[in-house]
This record gives sequence, C-alpha cells and structure tokens, in this order.
Amino acid sequence: MLLNASGCLDALTAPEIARRLDGFVTKTITPLPREGNAAPRIAETAHGMLNAIGLANPGRERFLSEHLPRLRELDVPLWISVGGFCAQDYADSCAALEDVEAIELNLSCPNVDEAAESAAEIVTVCRAATTLPLYAKLSAAHPDVAAVARAVADAGADGLSLVNTLRGMSLDPKTLAPVLARGTGGLSGPTLKPVALAAVHACFAATALPIVGMGGVTTGQDALELIACGARHVALGTVLFSDPDAPERVRDELNRAAEALGVVHLGDVCGRAHRSEKPLDIAPKVAA
Amino acid sequence: MPRRERRSVLAAEPVGPYVLLRLDRGEIDPGVPGQFFMLEAPGRLLPRALSLCLAPPGELAFLIDPVGPGTAALCELEPGDTIAVFGPLGNGFRLDVDRPLLVGGGIGIAPLPYLAEALRFPPAVLGFRSEHHAQAAALLPGAEIAIDPTLVTELIPEGHDVLACGPEPMLHAVRALCPGAQLAWEAPMACGYGACYGCAVEIDGELKRLCVEGPVLRAA
Repeated sequence: MLLNASGCLDALTAPEIARRLDGFVTKTITPLPREGNAAPRIAETAHGMLNAIGLANPGRERFLSEHLPRLRELDVPLWISVGGFCAQDYADSCAALEDVEAIELNLSCPNVDEAAESAAEIVTVCRAATTLPLYAKLSAAHPDVAAVARAVADAGADGLSLVNTLRGMSLDPKTLAPVLARGTGGLSGPTLKPVALAAVHACFAATALPIVGMGGVTTGQDALELIACGARHVALGTVLFSDPDAPERVRDELNRAAEALGVVHLGDVCGRAHRSEKPLDIAPKVAA
Repeated sequence: MPRRERRSVLAAEPVGPYVLLRLDRGEIDPGVPGQFFMLEAPGRLLPRALSLCLAPPGELAFLIDPVGPGTAALCELEPGDTIAVFGPLGNGFRLDVDRPLLVGGGIGIAPLPYLAEALRFPPAVLGFRSEHHAQAAALLPGAEIAIDPTLVTELIPEGHDVLACGPEPMLHAVRALCPGAQLAWEAPMACGYGACYGCAVEIDGELKRLCVEGPVLRAA
C-alpha cells in the first residue's frame, strides 16, 4: 500500500495526486487552530531539506466540520494524523473521529514542544478513546526506537509509522545565521533513508506490528528496501514536492525492481533483510 | 493540475547579470502573466519557482538571477539539456485594468515582459541596483529606469492601475503609494502546488500559502 507522509500533500488542492495513492494521510490536526511557525519555514540542504512548518492546521473543530466532509468526497481511504500538547489532546481528537481508515498519532514532530507524557502513555489514553486502528508515528531520534515501539505495542497501538523527520539546522553562508526563522527544522529527503531503514529494521524485529515505512523514498528501489527491512506499507514524503507524479512512478519502479529479483508477491519481501537465505539476486526467476 | 513534463533547453542567454533561459514549450500552456513554473534545478533536491518572462511561439523563457546553487545550476544549462517543467501554477495578474502601469525592481522584472505583451505594452518603470543590472530593461523597450540611489517608486505617476513585482521593501513602498495595486510576491517554495506549506505569508491577517492564494495579491 502506498501512502503519503503526513504534511507532504494536501488532497484538497491536489485531489488527483491523492487519488493515485492507496490512502491519504492528512496534515496533523491539533485541538486548536495553528498558524504554524514564522517564515522562512523551509531550507534545502545537501541531500535533503529542512522544514519548520509547525503543525499549521485549521484545528479539530473546523477540520471535522469543513475539511473532513470534503476529503470524504475524494473516495480515498483517509488516515487522520492527530497531534497535541498533552495526552488528553490526542485522546479527544481520537474520540471525535469515526469512519476513517486509521489514526496516525504524531508523537514525534521536531518543530513543536513535545507533550509531557511518553509515547506509550499517549497511546494508552487514545486506545481507551477509540476502536479505530492506531498507528504511532515515531522518531528515529530516540536512542532506542525499538524500545519505544515495544512500549506503544504494549499500550495498544495497531501499527507503527517510521520515521518522522530529524531535527537539523542550516546556516546562511553569507550571514552565518540560521536560515529557518525557528532556527531548527525537520530533516527529510534522501539523506534520511538509511535512518529510516535502520529504524524499520529494528522495530520489525522488536514487534509484530505492521509498519508504514517512510523517509527519503525517491525511487521504487527505496520502497523495496524499506519493505525488505519490514515495512508493510510505504509512504512518500519530500519526493512529492519535486515530483507530483511520484505515486505512479514509484509504484511502477517498485514492481519492476521486485520483478527483476524474481519476486512474485511483494509481501514475500517484507522482512527479507532479516533472513539469512541466499541472496535474492541469485534466486531463480519464477516462470511467468 | 498541469502536467509535469521534460523540456529541452533552446538557449541560455546572458542579460546583464541574469540569464534568459529559453525552453522548448511543447504542449505546455504558458498561462496568465504572473503565474509561475517549477523548474528542475539539476543536481538539487527541490525545483525552483520562476515566473514566465516571455512566451514567444514554441518557447517558454525565464529570467533567472544566479543567487544560489539551484538558480546557478539553471543558468549553467546548455542547449539540448532537458529539465522537468511543472506549471503554470498559482494566480497571475488580473488583466482587466483601465490604465495599467508596470513597476519592477531587479530580478522582479521577470514576469513583466510577458505581462506587457498581454496588456499591449503599457508604460513601465523599473528600478535596478546598478547599470549592469539595468541591462535587463532591454526586455521591456520604452521603460523608464531608476538606478540606485534613485528609487523606482519616485517614478510612479498618479492615476494608474499598478501591477508590480520586485523585492519586498519595494512592494511595501508601492502598496503604501498605490492602494489597490496588484503585487507579485515571492517566498521559498518546495512544491508550488500547496503540498509543503513552506511559502506561508500573512494575507488578510491569516497565514496562507502563497503558491495557492498568490503569488499575485491585491494590495489591501
């Protein structure tokens, strides 16, 4: 299943792109409206980019009354990204949602002050508030992301979204001042892929939860590698900014990359990086 | 939404310190003056947002100031190279004006030649920081020119419908002088189609995405 990473696509301004995905993940919704951080909010880096948007969103009430009904008209499975500044914020939003594909708990935005509670504590109160599938979006900045994954699994999460951006900084070469008004921002793009592979690999080994893998996916080969590390689904993030045709392209490339390795079902590759069988590239081709 | 297509470079011509990048238009709609295109910058992760400067038959031409690695890479393109082009995007200038006057500053003159054509060559006033930069005024024959320390705003006569593009301080000055002017703004943009929320600017007291609501806004 191919999704977008939260905050990397607006299905209401680009519905035709959202329809090319198997599900649309919203930008994170908080209880109250947020304008986000001051500009500049983005900066290109050597092999990635920084963003410090700051969870700009219309707030829960307006999202539910104005945005969600319009999103439903797109007829694309909806994943609602939920954020907050304490566990109850998350739980209240979970309780207010119904008839959506899944809820993604944004437990790891690097551009706002974090909630005081741990990821597992937030999942616990959200679990009590909804029966909808709950995906915990984690950051690889934690020294032991697998331990966090085990904790949110024990707290009742149904899946994991890995990874969020990593906090970074970029300086203006002429003034030596930070480019972003907030100073720091979340690093994304190709530079994040090895981090994502490692996090997905570690969490696949640590839990039985399905994983949405994301972080620097630019090509079908990138997606295939995330799946091999243990991702059941893949989300496209920064690549959507430079290539709005990425959903079709990555899907085609993924199928061709798998075919070239003799893979019949993509599901057979999930977790392949954990097994010590003979390498796929010398496996016999399966006759068509 | 427009299609993203690969187009060939026909020429990259120096115009003072700037470069006029001419691309094969193919089937791409040149759009309304003031709209912009996302141009792939070779070797860079993100495309660059550039308003269309000229649309001669079969071509799309962009005036580029090589201020950073992305714009420099675009200026170094050679005939025969290909880049991905995505556009036209955003909202351009409204052309239903009675007494148009074009006001441009520096690289902000970029959308004005195409706009002048659409408005049948109205009067124009342009400001530049040096004689070298002012060579770009050749793209708008007949324009009046101010060179630093003279400000372009000193050349704006009364009683016109102003359509302006230039650096932020110039746009603020134009707005103060000419309420109702149409102003083309600039902001860092990763995507150009409303996905990244990077180009948020304050519009009517609210932060909005310049790529979706602009880049041309009416002065309030």
